[in-house]
Amino acid sequence: MTKQIIVPFGPQHPVLPEPIHLDLVLEDEKVVDVIPSIGYIHRGFEKLVEKREFTEYVFIAERTCGICSFIHGATYCQGIEQIMGIQVPERANYLRTIWSEYSRLHSHLLWLGLYADSFGFENLFMNAWRIRERILDVMEQTTGGRVIQGSCKIGGVRKDISNAKLAEMNRDLDSIKREMEELTTVFLKDDTVIHRTRNVGVISRQDAFHLGAVGPTARGSGVAIDLRKTGYGAYGELDFPVITDSCGDCYSRCLVRCKELFTSVDIIQQAIAKIPDGPVDVKVTGAPNGEFFMRAEQPRGELVHYLKGNGTKFLIRSRIRTPTLTNIPPLVKMLQGCDLADVPVIVLSIDPCISCTER
Amino acid sequence: MGFFEMTKTALRTVLSRPATILYPAQAAKRTPLTRGHIIFDGSKCISCSICQRKCPAQAILLSKEAKSWQIDRFRCVMCSSCVDTCPAKCLSMDPVYTAPASAKGVEVFTITYVKPPKPEKKEEPIQ
Repeated sequence: MTKQIIVPFGPQHPVLPEPIHLDLVLEDEKVVDVIPSIGYIHRGFEKLVEKREFTEYVFIAERTCGICSFIHGATYCQGIEQIMGIQVPERANYLRTIWSEYSRLHSHLLWLGLYADSFGFENLFMNAWRIRERILDVMEQTTGGRVIQGSCKIGGVRKDISNAKLAEMNRDLDSIKREMEELTTVFLKDDTVIHRTRNVGVISRQDAFHLGAVGPTARGSGVAIDLRKTGYGAYGELDFPVITDSCGDCYSRCLVRCKELFTSVDIIQQAIAKIPDGPVDVKVTGAPNGEFFMRAEQPRGELVHYLKGNGTKFLIRSRIRTPTLTNIPPLVKMLQGCDLADVPVIVLSIDPCISCTER
Repeated sequence: MGFFEMTKTALRTVLSRPATILYPAQAAKRTPLTRGHIIFDGSKCISCSICQRKCPAQAILLSKEAKSWQIDRFRCVMCSSCVDTCPAKCLSMDPVYTAPASAKGVEVFTITYVKPPKPEKKEEPIQ
């Protein structure tokens, strides 16, 4: 029997944007087992909910993640609105949907860049991020924040987008779409990229389902789960497909995300075409009394916000379950049996967001 | 096939302007909505301290006795919650980012607002 050695991967590693520690048990160059450990950037957001008024906690909920921040804020607001029975104006729902999809675009483009970086394709990384910058510019023009938008509040949204600006965004998306088509062709057709990603980090449909994979990780293995199909926000009135692929390798997960970019563009354009006029917020009085599980689709998968209030201005419990946490067990399964050199690509292929995971 | 796609992109990049800006020499991109830093107008502040209570980062401290309003720029998260809730509209958001500093500290402003005297009631003649 070959001697087993343990190689630490992280918490600081060139491919990792955030700290996660993996102990890789190796036999020669093959990974036979992985022991993950987290806990390097815990910030105690769930405790902070007891110390801040529920209306101000939106800003803290948003800061759970630095990439999908808008969706965190929107999910928290929707949860509180469900507890308090607030009916949000239609226009606010559409604006939330538009911003959520812009977040998804920016998150997927960020991921494509990091992913290219993980297999050493620096030029592709820069090209992906150049397109992402255009998305962030629109975010800043409409909300005032590039990454932390802060435009969601309980009872609606804080900023309205004028119809002229919406039309401009619609036109802009067409040119962004053309750029993304060129970019995704490289990810999906280039021989070098295919060589590094095909049949690497394979997880079967059964394993993905039983280990609780969510988001593109699950959809890349053929599990068709997409929380947007539950119809929260304005998604119920928009038509879009759930993108899946059957192979379950790194290439499939990349393919799902590449196709989702175009789905997002399509959703935004549909929403811009359908958005009704009217107010963007309602006045909120009272305090939440009750509990609710709010689920939403983040770029990385299913996000759950559990909120419980007792009729005072301070919530008594908040629990945030983020997609990366549930994607770690499938990641361990994917890594078993792979080569050491493929570990960075596989770890990146689940789109790990560790700040989210530890909150 | 992917190779030719990259060539097209590369050629376009060579011929177009750079996507980045030379930051300290050129001003950073900003929009009218950009949340840069909070501006305080001491002549309008009515010392209600709502901004202090609504600040999720606890960056604002208002003292009625000392007639001072102070902000810790390092704590402020630029959410503009105080700007939205200020009843006297003495706070506003400026799109220019806070300048970098070499030491931490708070900025103290004096509240110069003077409550206008109530119009005196006309004494009614005692009947």
